[in-house]
Amino acid sequence: MTTPLADALPGSAPAARAQRAPATVRPFYWSLRRELWENRSLYIAPLVVAGLVLFGFLMGAVRIPHHVKLDNTPSNQAAITAIPYAVAAFFILGVGAIVGAFYCLGALHNERRDRSILFWKSMPVSDVTAVGSKAATVHLVLPAILFVVIFVTQLLMMAIDFAVLVPTGAHFAGLWANWPILRMAVVLAWAMVSMSIWYAPVTGWLLMVSAWSKRAPFLWAVLPPIGLSLVEFFSFGTGHVSHLIGRRLSGGFDTSFSNVGPHAVMVDLAQIDVAGFFSSFEVWGGLIVGLVLLAATVWLRRTRDPS
Amino acid sequence: MASIEARGLRKLYGSTVALAGVDLKVEEGRILGLIGPNGAGKSTALNAILGLTPYEGELRVLGKDPWAGRDKLMRDVCFIADVAVLPRWMKVSQALDYVAGVHPSFDRARAEAFLAKTQIKRTSRVRELSKGMVTQLHLALVMAIDARLLVLDEPTLGLDLIYRKQFYDTLLNDYFDHSRTIVVTTHQVEEIQDILTDLAFIDRGQIVLDSSMEAFETRFAEVMVKPEDLAAARALGPIHERQVFGRSILLFDGAERAKLSAHGEVHTPSIADVFVAIIGGRTVQGAAA
Repeated sequence: MTTPLADALPGSAPAARAQRAPATVRPFYWSLRRELWENRSLYIAPLVVAGLVLFGFLMGAVRIPHHVKLDNTPSNQAAITAIPYAVAAFFILGVGAIVGAFYCLGALHNERRDRSILFWKSMPVSDVTAVGSKAATVHLVLPAILFVVIFVTQLLMMAIDFAVLVPTGAHFAGLWANWPILRMAVVLAWAMVSMSIWYAPVTGWLLMVSAWSKRAPFLWAVLPPIGLSLVEFFSFGTGHVSHLIGRRLSGGFDTSFSNVGPHAVMVDLAQIDVAGFFSSFEVWGGLIVGLVLLAATVWLRRTRDPS
Repeated sequence: MASIEARGLRKLYGSTVALAGVDLKVEEGRILGLIGPNGAGKSTALNAILGLTPYEGELRVLGKDPWAGRDKLMRDVCFIADVAVLPRWMKVSQALDYVAGVHPSFDRARAEAFLAKTQIKRTSRVRELSKGMVTQLHLALVMAIDARLLVLDEPTLGLDLIYRKQFYDTLLNDYFDHSRTIVVTTHQVEEIQDILTDLAFIDRGQIVLDSSMEAFETRFAEVMVKPEDLAAARALGPIHERQVFGRSILLFDGAERAKLSAHGEVHTPSIADVFVAIIGGRTVQGAAA
């Protein structure tokens, strides 16, 4: 369970392939690996939470047959049993969001604080590649890690469910046919893709503050938005800024999914709203803001004095 | 082609002048010592050469504009700036993997061979190594890169004598050949006097001395003068004078050695003494003005 994903992901075969890759790909690939070497919390924290979730689930497993007997029609059964799966996903995603945010804040700040930036800049790796690899770590690698951890956790939860239910007389084939595990995986995959795009302005802001601030990047990242909200509220009595920020932080699920009720457990593939998501002004506007902030980050890393 | 060619290199930080028109030419195969007091503009000059900071004026490093393309330049240029810049979280094996991954002209076997001669373990993290070992590791990485220009900014700062000696010995014996160029800045000038081929003094953003070591040795001379000869020796126009054990040591710039030897034994001065004579004199004049 604690096998470092960084070692598991790029084995010797991909490394050998990268060895032959064109000159632009290799620095990028090794910059990504370097991010995972430095920031092991990106995979350790989700794994720890997954372990806790599984432990808790196992402790409560004795109560599963009781739950399921409440209503034996297969579709309701699936919905009821899906709730703990969604809760597990929720917690793992939550810790993923936290480590992702702190990763961004440190990504370009730590290298300046310990002056290792002089080492990184002595390598033939451009600032675009360096910043790009950090953005890719939080937008591609972290979602992939979270997807795998959540999916494996849900598979193990399913194994526990089946281990409890089959001895009570349930048919394995019947359970498997109605269990929403694969549909949940598709929903999860879409949630990861849409969130990765949706959060572009947030990570862009955090990375830019990380490249800019001399110290206390966390405060510099958090105080200006709060200050702006307060100024707006006290000057005009309105809350547009805080609404905008709150909406962006909430994940945009009402854009990426349709018919999302307050208690809905998303197991229905029909809820996935790809067309609605990609025709949303908020999505494209956010993406553009994110890219502009990323460009500013590259510029800051290139021009800030190293010493 | 010159490795480094600067003409009228200028750099301002706000209203502070860091470089006030530096002219410098370093030919291939030379070892240049760039010597200057703190805040003289050494680091700024090196940062400009390495593409870390924008500048005004003309600068070509290996024929390229360093600010326009640092990443491409770094295929042929290496630098060690101070000692503590290797990331502390990194494992030795990761450092080897990373440089082998991103650097097209890194010879991993060479770095491994160098490390095998040290106490450094592959599984250690940089933070667990002593300061001297971190420098050895950095040197192992840099020496395994087939670079044409190596820039060293205070490379031996904070190291004990043995590591410092070893650093320069290794550099000269195992790395330097006449197709490479080395630029080094340090306050410990006496350690590098014998390895330099060229010398430049920088003060307040300007080059105040630029000379090959051969020219340096014929140009500057030092004479230890007995008290009774002092007046006659002074008449020859020394640029600096100091007292050691009741004897006066006079430093001359461009005086004929034959004339000097009449007043005592003539030596080639150390870089440090000439540095104090030239820069120290400027500082006093500057303070008086």
